[in-house]
Amino acid sequence: MNYLIISILLGIIILIMAGIAIYHKESLVAIIATGVVGLFASVLYLLLAAPDVAMTEAAIGSGLSTIIFFYVLNKIRSDKTKDGSLKTKDGRQKTEV
Amino acid sequence: MRNSFILILIVAFGIMLYGLFDAFSGNEQLSELAKYYAQKENIEKVQAANLVTAVVVTYRGLDTLGEVTILFLTAAIIGFFLHNKEEKRFLRENSEIFITAAKLLIPIIILLGVYIFINGHLTPGGGFQGGAVIASAVILMILAFPEREFNSKFFTYLESASGTIFVLLAALGAIIGSGFLDNAIVPMGTFGKLVSAGVIPIIYSFVGLKVGSELSNILGNFKAVQSDN
Amino acid sequence: MEYVSLTIGFLVILAGLWAIMTKKNIIRIIIGFVLFDTGIHIVMVALAYVKGKAAPILDSTVSIDDAVNSIVDPIPQALVLTAIVIGLGVTALMLAYAVKLHKEKGNLDIKSFKELKW
Repeated sequence: MNYLIISILLGIIILIMAGIAIYHKESLVAIIATGVVGLFASVLYLLLAAPDVAMTEAAIGSGLSTIIFFYVLNKIRSDKTKDGSLKTKDGRQKTEV
Repeated sequence: MRNSFILILIVAFGIMLYGLFDAFSGNEQLSELAKYYAQKENIEKVQAANLVTAVVVTYRGLDTLGEVTILFLTAAIIGFFLHNKEEKRFLRENSEIFITAAKLLIPIIILLGVYIFINGHLTPGGGFQGGAVIASAVILMILAFPEREFNSKFFTYLESASGTIFVLLAALGAIIGSGFLDNAIVPMGTFGKLVSAGVIPIIYSFVGLKVGSELSNILGNFKAVQSDN
Repeated sequence: MEYVSLTIGFLVILAGLWAIMTKKNIIRIIIGFVLFDTGIHIVMVALAYVKGKAAPILDSTVSIDDAVNSIVDPIPQALVLTAIVIGLGVTALMLAYAVKLHKEKGNLDIKSFKELKW
């Protein structure tokens, strides 16, 4: 019975975090929310008697994939020049849409 | 307007999934295949206390081989796309506390990863989990010492060597054992001890090294693309 | 509990599908794929659960003689184990494509990639 309550709470947190991951304006917050979805999903796997899957999800879903997203976000942001315009490969200047 | 079409599509998909939910009535006992895997004589034949490991390495070992192949392919394509000569770039110095803690923690995390995949046939864990833990130690190393060059050659050689040994051990089962990925080609040992289950811990250790080096290579590629403009 | 987990999994799948189909930014579309992935994993692990049984690891509490009546199904767990690792590889591949596309066009709006539009 206790497990039922815990799993319902975990489900509420996972769904709220999925909503934040889709609808928050800041990409940074959205990526963190995706990591949190993975982290709480790993707790859910532990309740469902799957410790192997929980270990994998905790290491990969909330650790490594978040880091890779951050690297890509940093790369994309550093491509923008200081005046807010974007530089394309052939040197054209493009204003941000 | 466009969103309402998508909404209708999502609702239709949801009704389809509700059909699946409605038909599910909870499992009271294992499926027939899982019963076969959990029989006493089959457990004693394979001798792995962790049945997930037994399924991953022996019964479904061919799937694991295909899986590490897919991972190798994705790592190779990422390396092909993002290959860039790493340049020196100005970076803010990391704080003293972070660097000291990283120096202290990196060997311990790598040791934990090795422990997880060596004990994969006894406790929860195994090659995939251990490889992911090793890759997280590598990412800590990259973050703490960003000015050092990432040695992708070492990880490439480690990855190819472990993949080759995995396939050779599996083929050895076909030659001197009873079939591809047969685990009885080395002495079996006693059930529940570290040296047991035949070739399972050896294969899973190499899977762990392979997964860890592949994930580290992916991370190294994403680090190298930062300085490219 | 398995019913609750199944519901969570299906809802996360639908949320991921919604993000894939409505969002314009490629990073958000990839986030939708990650959510879809997580939802499918939750559903598969929930389908493997057997009421009141322990994890499929034999030790002093789960004896070898009575393993058939005291463990949950190990096969979907093994499949999900490999699927998570492949999921990371595929996510990294999509992000590498995103970096390349951003280099080409200077932004990540899906509407500015018209080459293969029909």
